[in-house]
Amino acid sequence: MATAEATRQSRRRAILGRLAIPLLAIFTALVVASLAMVVSGTDPIKAYLALGEGAFGSQVARVETLIKATPFLLAGLGIALAFRGGLFNIGVEGQLFVGSAVTVFIGFSVELPAVIHIPLALLGGMIGGAVWAAIPGYLKARNGAHEVITTIMFNFIALRIISWTIGVDGPLRAPRTVAPETPAVFESARLPILIPDSRLHAGVIIAVFAAFVVYWLLWRTVAGFELRTVGANPSAARYAGINVEFNIVRTMALSGALAGLGGGIQVLGLAPYNFTTGFNVGLGFDSIAVAVLGSIHPFGVALAALLFGAMDAGARLMQLRTKVPIDIVTIVQGLILAFVAADQIIRRLYRIRAETEEGPVNLSELWGGES
Amino acid sequence: MGRGKLAAVDTVFFTGLLFLALVKATPIAFGAMAGLMSERSGVINIAIEGMMLMGAMMAFLGSVFFNDLTGGALPKIASLLAGLVVAMFFSAMVALLHALLSIHYKVDQIISGTVINLLAVGVTNFVANAFIDPNRIAGVGVLPVISIPILSEIPFIGRIFFSHQPLVYVMLIMVAVLQYALFKTPWGLRTRAVGEHPLAADTVGINVNRRRYINVTLGGALAGLGGAFLVLESVGRFQKLMTTGRGFIALAALIFGKWTSVGALGSALLFGFAEALGVRLQLGDVNELQALALLAGIGIIALAGVWSVLKLIRRGEDKRPSRTIGVLAIVGLATIAAALLIEWPSIEIPIQFLGLLPFIATVLVLAGFVGRAIPPAAIGKPYEKA
Repeated sequence: MATAEATRQSRRRAILGRLAIPLLAIFTALVVASLAMVVSGTDPIKAYLALGEGAFGSQVARVETLIKATPFLLAGLGIALAFRGGLFNIGVEGQLFVGSAVTVFIGFSVELPAVIHIPLALLGGMIGGAVWAAIPGYLKARNGAHEVITTIMFNFIALRIISWTIGVDGPLRAPRTVAPETPAVFESARLPILIPDSRLHAGVIIAVFAAFVVYWLLWRTVAGFELRTVGANPSAARYAGINVEFNIVRTMALSGALAGLGGGIQVLGLAPYNFTTGFNVGLGFDSIAVAVLGSIHPFGVALAALLFGAMDAGARLMQLRTKVPIDIVTIVQGLILAFVAADQIIRRLYRIRAETEEGPVNLSELWGGES
Repeated sequence: MGRGKLAAVDTVFFTGLLFLALVKATPIAFGAMAGLMSERSGVINIAIEGMMLMGAMMAFLGSVFFNDLTGGALPKIASLLAGLVVAMFFSAMVALLHALLSIHYKVDQIISGTVINLLAVGVTNFVANAFIDPNRIAGVGVLPVISIPILSEIPFIGRIFFSHQPLVYVMLIMVAVLQYALFKTPWGLRTRAVGEHPLAADTVGINVNRRRYINVTLGGALAGLGGAFLVLESVGRFQKLMTTGRGFIALAALIFGKWTSVGALGSALLFGFAEALGVRLQLGDVNELQALALLAGIGIIALAGVWSVLKLIRRGEDKRPSRTIGVLAIVGLATIAAALLIEWPSIEIPIQFLGLLPFIATVLVLAGFVGRAIPPAAIGKPYEKA
C-alpha cells in the first residue's frame, strides 16, 4: 500500500517536474525580453498585459489565437514525429510551402462538391509535403546524406520553384494582378466557418484531431513502435528485424504530410484564400521551438502551439498600445527554445535538482548517417 | 544581326561578369569560412545566417555611432573601419552564444543554431523597427575601391581581381591563410584532431572544449565581415533580413567545397557567378543557353583550379596525374570560348532556376552523386571528458 502511494507521489512529482522546466523557461524568456523593452523605453508589464488582452481578451482575440495556433500545431507535430523517429526535419518550412501550393492549385483549378473538394485539396497538400520530405529521407536512408542539410537545401529549392510558379507568367500566377499571387480557391474548397461572422475555420478541429492521430500512431500502432525503436536505437532496431531504411523514408513522409496539411489549411481556411510568396515565412522554424517546448509529445505540442498562437495573435495589440515592435515575439520564441533546450540554465537558476532521466534530445550525433 | 550579338558578348562583358562574380562570392566565402572554423573543430554551424545578419546591422550601427561620436572630425573611412570592428565583435559574441549553448550546455547543435537564427531575426528586426527606421538613420557610405598598383594594369586579371573594395582582398587573403593554417600548422592539426577524434586529441593534451570555443568565436568574426560587406561595400545602409539566405548558401559552399577554404572559395565563386549571370540575364545581355554554357565552363575551370591548389598544398600525398587538371582547364576554356563566340538559339528557361544551383549541388555531393562530401567525424557531438 505504502509503495503504491509512493509510486503515485513520485509520478505526480515527475509530471510536475516535466512541466516545471517549460513553464520556467517561458517565464524566464519573458523576463529577458522585457529588458529589451525597458531599453527601448516601454513598460514591459503594460506591453505583456496588452499581449494577453490581444490573445484572450475578447472572442475575436480568442478566435485569432486558435487560428494562429493551427499551423504551429500541425508543423510542430510534424517536427515532433520526426524527432521521435530520430530525424531532424528542419525542412518543414519548405514542406509547408509545397503543401500550400498543391492545395491551392487543386482548389482553384477544378470546381467540385465541397465534400469532395476540401478533402481532395488537403490530401494533395499532404502528398506534396510528404514527397518533399520523403526525398531527403530517401537520400539519408540510401546514401547517408544528413537530413538537416538536405532539408535546408530543399527549403530553398521549394521557395525558388514556387516563387517562379507565381511570378510573372508563372503557371500558377493569377491573371491581371500586380503582386505575385495565385487565384483564390473556389468557394467549394474553402473550409467551413465554425462560428458565424468570425474567422474560426474548421482547420482548427482538423489540427486537434491530427494531434490525437499522431498520439495513436506513435503509441498504439506497429508503425509507431517501429518509428520510435528506430529513433531510439537504429542498430537495435535493425537487429530486431525492422527495416530501418524504409522507416526513415516513412517517418519523413509522415512528418512532411503533417506540414503539408498545415500549409493547405492556411490557404483553404483564411481569406483571401490564395497563396503568395510572403506566406507563413519562418513558421517552419518557429515550429521547431513549438515541438521542443512541447517535449515532442503530441499533447505538449498542442499546448505549446496554443502559446505561440496566442503570442502571435496578441502581438498586434501590444504594438498598437505600447509601440513595441511585434518582433519582440520572435525574440521571446527564440529565448524559450534556448531555455528549454539548455535546461541546465533553468535548473541552476531556480535550483531544480537534475533528474536521472535521459538528457535532452541530441540528434545531430547521427551526422553523416549511420550505416 | 550576328555582329551585334558578338559585340555585346565580348571580353569586356566577360571580365565584367567575373568581376561581379567575385563581388557576389565575397560574403558567401566569409560565411563559409565561419562554418569551416566551427565545423572543423566539431561544432555544426547552421547559424551562419544569424551571425551575418547581426554583423550587417552592427556594421551599420557601429559606423553611424562612430561617425556621430567623432562629430565627423575624422575621415569617413575611419567610421567605416570602426563599423567593421564592431560587426566582427558582435558576430563573434553571437557565435560565442552558439558555442556556450552547444559546448557548455550540450544543447543539440542544430537546435542551438536555430535559436541563434531566430534571435538574430528577432533582434535585428526589433532594432530596425524600434530605432533605425523611425529615426531615419542614414548610413555613412561605402568603402572605397582600392586599385592595386601595377597588378590592376594586367589585362583581364587586373580588372577581375585587383580593382575591388578592401573586403574582397581580405577575403582572398583569409582563404589562403586558413587553407595553409588548417593543413600546415600545429593549430590546424589540433583543430582537425579535435573535430575528428576529440578523445585522441585530449589524450595528447589538447584542451578540446577550449579549442572549440575559440574556433567557433573567431569564425563568428569572419561571418560578421560577410554581413558587414553587404552594408559597407554595396548598399550603405541596413535593411531588414538583408542576408536573404546567404548564410545558408555559405553553408552550401562549405559542404560543396568539402570542408576546405579553397574548395569553399571555388564553390562560392561558382555560386557568385550564377548570381551574376542571373543579373545579366535579366538585363538581356546573354541568352539562357549561353548562360548555361558559360556556367559549365566556369564550373570546370573552378574545379581544375581548386584541384591544382589542393595538389600544390598536399605535395607528395596526391598521386593523381597533373595532366587531368590541364585537360580540365583546356576543356573549361574551350567551353567559355564557345559560349562567347557561338550564337546560341534562344530558349526560354526560367532564370530563377540558376539560383537553385547551390542547393542542388549540395544535395548531390552529400548524397554522393558527384564526388563525396564527408564531414569531420566528431561533428555534432558534445565532448565529455572520460
